[in-house]
Amino acid sequence: MARDRKTDTVTGVETTGHEWDGIRELDNPLPRWWLWVFYASILWAVVYWILMPAWPGITGYTKGLLGYSNRGAFAEKVEAARAAQSVYLDRIRDASVSEINSDPELLEFSLAGGRSAFAVNCSQCHGSGAQGGPGYPNLNDDNWLWGGDVDAIYQTIRFGVRSDHPDTRQNIMPAFLDDGILDRSQVNDVATYVQSLSGSEEPADAVERGGQVFAEQCVACHQEDAKGSHDLGAPNLTDAIWLYGGTRADIVNSITHGRSGVMPAWAPRLESETVKQLAVYVHSLGGGE
Amino acid sequence: MNWLVGALLGVGALLGLMLTANASDTGMYAHGFLFLVVCLTGIFFLIKTAYDRAEAVAAGTAPAADQGYMDGVVRAGVIAAVIWGIAGFLAGLVVALQLAFPVLNLDLPWTTFGRLRPLHTSAVIFAFGGNVLIATSFHVVQRTTRARLAGGFAPWFVFWGYQLFIVLAATGYIFGITQSREYAEPEWYVDLWLTLVWVVYLLVFLGTLARRKEPHIYVANWFYLAFIVTIAMLHVVNNLAVPVSFFGTKSYSLFAGVQDALTQWWYGHNAVGFLLTAGFLAMMYYYIPKRAERPVYSYRLSIVHFWALIFLYIWAGPHHLHYTALPDWAQTLGMTFSIMLWMPSWGGMINGLMTLSGAWDKLRTDPVLRLMVVSVAFYGMSTFEGPLMSIKSVNSLSHYTDWTIGHVHSGALGWVGFISFGALYHLVPVLWNRERLYSLRLVSLHFWIASIGIVLYITSMWVSGILQGLMWRAYDSLGFLEYSFVETVEAMHPFYIIRALGGLLFVIGALVMAYNLWRTIRGELRTEHVAGAPSLARA
Repeated sequence: MARDRKTDTVTGVETTGHEWDGIRELDNPLPRWWLWVFYASILWAVVYWILMPAWPGITGYTKGLLGYSNRGAFAEKVEAARAAQSVYLDRIRDASVSEINSDPELLEFSLAGGRSAFAVNCSQCHGSGAQGGPGYPNLNDDNWLWGGDVDAIYQTIRFGVRSDHPDTRQNIMPAFLDDGILDRSQVNDVATYVQSLSGSEEPADAVERGGQVFAEQCVACHQEDAKGSHDLGAPNLTDAIWLYGGTRADIVNSITHGRSGVMPAWAPRLESETVKQLAVYVHSLGGGE
Repeated sequence: MNWLVGALLGVGALLGLMLTANASDTGMYAHGFLFLVVCLTGIFFLIKTAYDRAEAVAAGTAPAADQGYMDGVVRAGVIAAVIWGIAGFLAGLVVALQLAFPVLNLDLPWTTFGRLRPLHTSAVIFAFGGNVLIATSFHVVQRTTRARLAGGFAPWFVFWGYQLFIVLAATGYIFGITQSREYAEPEWYVDLWLTLVWVVYLLVFLGTLARRKEPHIYVANWFYLAFIVTIAMLHVVNNLAVPVSFFGTKSYSLFAGVQDALTQWWYGHNAVGFLLTAGFLAMMYYYIPKRAERPVYSYRLSIVHFWALIFLYIWAGPHHLHYTALPDWAQTLGMTFSIMLWMPSWGGMINGLMTLSGAWDKLRTDPVLRLMVVSVAFYGMSTFEGPLMSIKSVNSLSHYTDWTIGHVHSGALGWVGFISFGALYHLVPVLWNRERLYSLRLVSLHFWIASIGIVLYITSMWVSGILQGLMWRAYDSLGFLEYSFVETVEAMHPFYIIRALGGLLFVIGALVMAYNLWRTIRGELRTEHVAGAPSLARA
């Protein structure tokens, strides 16, 4: 090794005497600070191993002096969170939604919980601001298909609309043209009539013909005055609020092919306290009936 | 020798034909056919070379074979690296834009984020990084052993075999052929091919070391060897799988559940450790002292940090699986070994930076050296950030967020990218026997554009990642989650745009490099004022 050692003129340090393609190496010692930090990190690791689960053996592993485990720590956190909320949750479990709605403390808690549950479970269809979209009702406008008091909303959320739950809310908007109930000119006429209901100027003769078709086919659900029915889930056709769009093409489309959107039943999916909170929260959005 | 290679190519062509004829899916049909074509092309060139040689011998003009360094394959590697690099950076830019503007997925299966993302990662890590490593290792091992590459034209087999691997992998991703293992997406038959190529690579490297004319093996070669050997081990174990059919692309992993996850991250983390760290440290150990014309700072440090790095890195993988089904003890070991890895990693940084003592002034005049030194600084930063993020309480915030992406890219763009660019700028004039680069000012331009790009990338991902982590864990005073997932996604949007802008700058820098290298290869020199030289002041 001592062979061919040279002294570097810049640093005054000796080289190791090796040379590769003109590259030499200085014989500097390990930097002190580097070595000490390295030792410290090893020491820290050893201490950590003593305190925490660390080394595997044949049948088990060293558990560590602190008795820590991921699952244990997680269970504790969940337990603590539940305990903190249980004051409210226990009361919500036993109360009806209208009772919750009239108890300021429970109402405050439920609005917070409902907002959070809505963001996770409902915003995908109804939008993060509950503003809805084509096919998904706006929940802010105090305009309700199946009723807007808190009990009606609770029932809708619990069992859904056209869901697979036995108690689901159920109705059907038939496909009038597809199923041969009306012919094309009748569909066009009744669409014209429906447009006229929300104040649009339409040709009088078509409106009249359409009105006759409406009286024969539509009033059973949408009622004589076309203001719909909460009991049947039939939309009000006179208020210029449209679930599936209000252009002529949209209306013709609805009459031609029918409509049957689905809202899932949440009772089987969420805890009963959460469903109640959702009902109270959604009720608060639209002002509530 | 020629007969043996010809026979092997013939067997390969038959195999390709069989795969094509019996293929049970389109992917295997296309890849079998590609393999057939490649083998036939190989046979054609084999015959042509032998024929030309015989003719030259007859004419008495045959050059003396197999003398001097074998630099043709290094030149090919340099060109391949630049081309794949630009392709990979562009793919990265596209996926970054897709995250900011999902409409760019184009609603086509071939162009969705899910298929283009592995295309990006494999292109930059294996196609760009791999070619840089193979090319520089062939260059460095010859220079530091004073021996020609071993194995006749085996190095050429390594080069072309590796390019075939890249093409098989990349086309597979686009058509949806994947085993869904991060950074190990290619299916079983592509893995087998890479194994063959890699074993030949190892043999070439070992053979060259064996015929060395230097008494000692230079530190760069330890790192290259560690990289080649460990990648072979990782690749084989992580890709153990059972194909559904020998004529189909699909296979199933030998592992299941948490064992599968741990095997995958043992592989994934050490791909970072041995390909992106050890391999590029090898480059640092040759090109920095060479460029700075200074001796390596400390021989002793290089030995100690080499062995510490090799021993400790292999344990750190479990830190990718904190707070999962992985047993507590494995998480502890993953984390503590990551902490202990901090100083061994920094040993390389110290040796790289301190090698410049007595030559710091060169940073002002030599932008190539500047690229390499800044790369070592990025290396130091990301090898500090890594152990930090492996601490469980930090990880509970950072995991699954963009912080991880930012961390990876400070290493990938800053360290791997810049040290590679430095090595390429150094290599091209050497390999093509040019006086100097076409333009040093373009190198400087590249340096600044790319540096700004990296800073935009990393800082936006820090902010985005920490914001994301905090939003996920935010509770209101009554104990309810504050944000929905989609709200956290929405909050990322501005940072995704900044990140894409950073990526764009990095791509532009690489294009400037490609232009500069191309002009250099053509033998052109740009007349320009060299920074640091006495200025020709208008008196």
